[in-house]
Amino acid sequence: MNNVSKACDPRPFWSPLVAGIALGLVLLLTFVLTGHGLGATGFFTRLAAWSGGQVAFDATYNNVYLGPLLDDGKPLSSWITWQVIGVALGALAASWSAGRFRLRVDGTHSFSGPMRSAMALLGGLLAGFGARVAAGCTSGVGLSGTATLGVAGFVFLGAFFAAGLLASRLVKGGPR
Amino acid sequence: MPFNDIGLASGLLCGFLFGYVLENAGFGSPCKLTAQFRMSDWSVFKVMFTAIVVAAAGLFLLRSAGILAPDKMYVPPAFLGAVAIGGALIGAGFAVGGYCPGTSVVGLFSGRIDALLFGVGLLGGTWLFAGSFDLVERWTTAGESGAGDTLPLALGVPEWAVLAAMIAVAVMIFVIGGRIERRFGGPLDASAAMRD
Repeated sequence: MNNVSKACDPRPFWSPLVAGIALGLVLLLTFVLTGHGLGATGFFTRLAAWSGGQVAFDATYNNVYLGPLLDDGKPLSSWITWQVIGVALGALAASWSAGRFRLRVDGTHSFSGPMRSAMALLGGLLAGFGARVAAGCTSGVGLSGTATLGVAGFVFLGAFFAAGLLASRLVKGGPR
Repeated sequence: MPFNDIGLASGLLCGFLFGYVLENAGFGSPCKLTAQFRMSDWSVFKVMFTAIVVAAAGLFLLRSAGILAPDKMYVPPAFLGAVAIGGALIGAGFAVGGYCPGTSVVGLFSGRIDALLFGVGLLGGTWLFAGSFDLVERWTTAGESGAGDTLPLALGVPEWAVLAAMIAVAVMIFVIGGRIERRFGGPLDASAAMRD
């Protein structure tokens, strides 16, 4: 019996079937409560408008895309912001209780820390831009849109996975 | 129903459960998430398709039982060019950066600094989009399909048939994906995700 390593080992992940059923039920609950699905980038758009307003008010206010969001006031006033705060708390509760919380730069197997950090920033840039073109992300269009049998959701998932497969072959040394 | 509750409490509740499930699925780990694109870990496909089938079947059953009003759910508009361009950019960003927008929040709140940087990138990408809005506005409504927003409408097939096909696809993903990932030595487990 090796109790020391057992105590340090993180709790295993849920099986994909269990996690998938749980995620489906959470999504269903969200639909029943709110009439729409789960999301993420709606929050980042509001954060972009709010932070833009703090740094460069005139430019943000006059921007056709972000200006109207500035009129909405603070990012805290919307459902999606509370939902993303909920995601943060839920992820923290899960990782902490399972011994899976650790402060680090992850995915540095084939890249140095600074290079991996630059790649994370670049990936976020692409995804942030793309989410505004699609008016949603993997959660909003890919998951929630497909659950309502929306054609947009299925097309999104197809393009998402095709581009991901291609990019992970072209760019060697992503996180692994 | 639906209750159309867009208040603080429902946001926090749905978000908390969403984040709790995603982290327990292992989706805070950029290594595990991107392993789907290397075919060595099929958890992303398995979890997503199971969740889609469960939620879609649940909506169908609640509507059939008369509990949920028909046509009251938000369906994304069928701007198929826009979602194809956006989906491709998010997929490429996912492969390079290790996250999608939602999972970057999960990554950050399991201690990952790279997820914070991905989030900063998301902000930058949004600013970039807003700054070039005059040029890219027409992308956001590209490829509008006049056939209808949902698959049953667009294809002219009943909803139960679409659901049955999706269940078949989900089963295939578990069978075929399971076989392929075993060839790569199995999916990334929690201990491996903790190592550098």
